[in-house]
Amino acid sequence: MSAEGVVGIVLVSHSASVAAAVAELARGLAGGGSTAPVAAAGGTPDGGLGTSSELICAAARAVDRGAGVAVLVDLGSAVLTVKALLAEGDELPDGTRLVDAPFVEGAVAALVTASAGGDLDAVEAAAVEAYDYRKT
Amino acid sequence: MPDTLDAELFRRWMDAMAAAVEREAERLTELDSAIGDADHGSNLRRGFTAVAGALEKETPETPGAVLTLAGRTLISTVGGASGPLYGTLLRRTGKELGDATAVSREELARALGAGVGAVARLGGAQPGDKTMLDALLPAVDALGSSFDAARVAADAGALATVPLQARKGRASYLGERSIGHQDPGATSAALLIGALAEVAA
Repeated sequence: MSAEGVVGIVLVSHSASVAAAVAELARGLAGGGSTAPVAAAGGTPDGGLGTSSELICAAARAVDRGAGVAVLVDLGSAVLTVKALLAEGDELPDGTRLVDAPFVEGAVAALVTASAGGDLDAVEAAAVEAYDYRKT
Repeated sequence: MPDTLDAELFRRWMDAMAAAVEREAERLTELDSAIGDADHGSNLRRGFTAVAGALEKETPETPGAVLTLAGRTLISTVGGASGPLYGTLLRRTGKELGDATAVSREELARALGAGVGAVARLGGAQPGDKTMLDALLPAVDALGSSFDAARVAADAGALATVPLQARKGRASYLGERSIGHQDPGATSAALLIGALAEVAA
């Protein structure tokens, strides 16, 4: 699979280690090898807990291959920051979309789908569908 | 009413807010430690200090540009939910003011109303949910009459959040235990309106 035209994934968490670990988990469960680009944007630039629009925008630019970027978030300011950037700003690449999905399960589903060559709608649908998987 | 509010006044508004947040940071954090995560004072202090710095460096020439730059700076520096919320408030208000070199109080009231609407959509909160909206909505209504009326309405709105149960944000996890505490977001929103009344007086 060529790297052109692949959907990129951005994982935004209040914690740098959570974002990085979920990215690693998704890469591993997506079959290892060559996956769609996924970038973690966790915590604040000084290493604290929080949300950084700078890290989010840098991550989105890093995974943007021209086919759109799916952004998955944990809670609170992570949700609000991405929504604010999308609603009012021009800092995120064209075709960036906030995906309403559970963070861990959605990240895995999104990366598997993107790596298989799915477009942004397919990636979003797969991530959203992760809400339907009941555990009891 | 003449269009008397120029970029210089809007810069002084943001400077006055930075000073108010500096003065009240401890109180905001104390309120936030009761029902939130105890970072509201330090987050807003970082944000509005950065706003004052950005305005000094870039010296935007219209009221709209002052607020748009302030909003963008808040979103990129705060690191908590108040960043996108206050950032959206100021950025949307600034965009509504357009390129005018000076605006009237009535025009500001209309633009601020649009800004508050954008905050409500972003956070999904309703009046009475114990959020910054509970200070901002009555303030926007009263700003049609006078700056001082807006300040009084915002202060009253913030105080009126004490008996409310939080329905948005981290405080909502506390359920009924959020009752009896003044909302930190409504309190800082009242500081923002108070800073406006101070410089426009």
